[in-house]
Amino acid sequence: MQTTDRAERLQRPYITGFVLALVLTGIPFGLVVAGLLPRFTTLVVIAILAVVQVVVHLRFFLHLDLKSTPRENVLALAFAVVLICIMIGGSLWIMLDLHERMMS
Amino acid sequence: MTSAANTAGRAGGTRALEVDVYEEKAFGFWLYLMSDAIIFALLFATYVVMAPNHAGGPTGKTLFNLSRTFAETMLLLCSSITFGFATVAMRGHRRRAMLTWLAVTFALGAGFVALEIGEFAGMYARGAGPQRSGFLSAFFTLVGTHGLHVGMGLIWILIMSIQALVKGLTAPVTSRLFRLGLFWHFLDIVWIGIFSIVYLPGVL
Repeated sequence: MQTTDRAERLQRPYITGFVLALVLTGIPFGLVVAGLLPRFTTLVVIAILAVVQVVVHLRFFLHLDLKSTPRENVLALAFAVVLICIMIGGSLWIMLDLHERMMS
Repeated sequence: MTSAANTAGRAGGTRALEVDVYEEKAFGFWLYLMSDAIIFALLFATYVVMAPNHAGGPTGKTLFNLSRTFAETMLLLCSSITFGFATVAMRGHRRRAMLTWLAVTFALGAGFVALEIGEFAGMYARGAGPQRSGFLSAFFTLVGTHGLHVGMGLIWILIMSIQALVKGLTAPVTSRLFRLGLFWHFLDIVWIGIFSIVYLPGVL
């Protein structure tokens, strides 16, 4: 009895995360199929929902939180996020600017 | 690892050492995942830069099939939660339940890889291989790298199932399964980026 209680408690975050992920996946696919919003708005909604879904996965599947996760792991993740922002943001900035100057 | 454990005389000391070793391994693996995330981030940046360069060839609109992408997404998402159930079973020392969930995860992951191989083969047959345009080179590099990771994950699941079967749920085996779980959930996170950046904007 006690073991099933424990299993249920451990299972709960996975189910919460799964339901949230289903919703966060369903909305962007539905938007694209239905084509209700203008192109740019749809892209913005897709981007926001993707970021939210990444956070949901980190929280409920990888069990990341600010209390129980070792501090070094959170720091490594934060560092990776900074690096990714610099590299993606920088690459896109340079390349799109170059594109604009060369093509127009 | 074993030599360090053996030199610690008392059982309690050995145990504490082992826990330390597993925590260090988990941290090292976490660092690997972060560097892998940076590789994928750069492949995403490359794709976004290359995506408009069709070179007069086929575009995402004609190549991508949204229902196939949705099926792939669902397979991967379901495999994430079944791996979660395997982890729960492992922590409750229910080996048979864990092996069953691992088998389900393997089947879902194999379904994903099969769909992706079918997609790639179909594109190749239509003359839309990686050599056709900058867009397709970047597409195959990004999505192919992710697919390769999933394939490696499948091999790892197979190996860990055999280890759990032969060795039982010993401390080293559970520690490896824990890291495999991190890897598997991480791949699902990368896939969120792929359908949000490659497929959905591609068919818009």
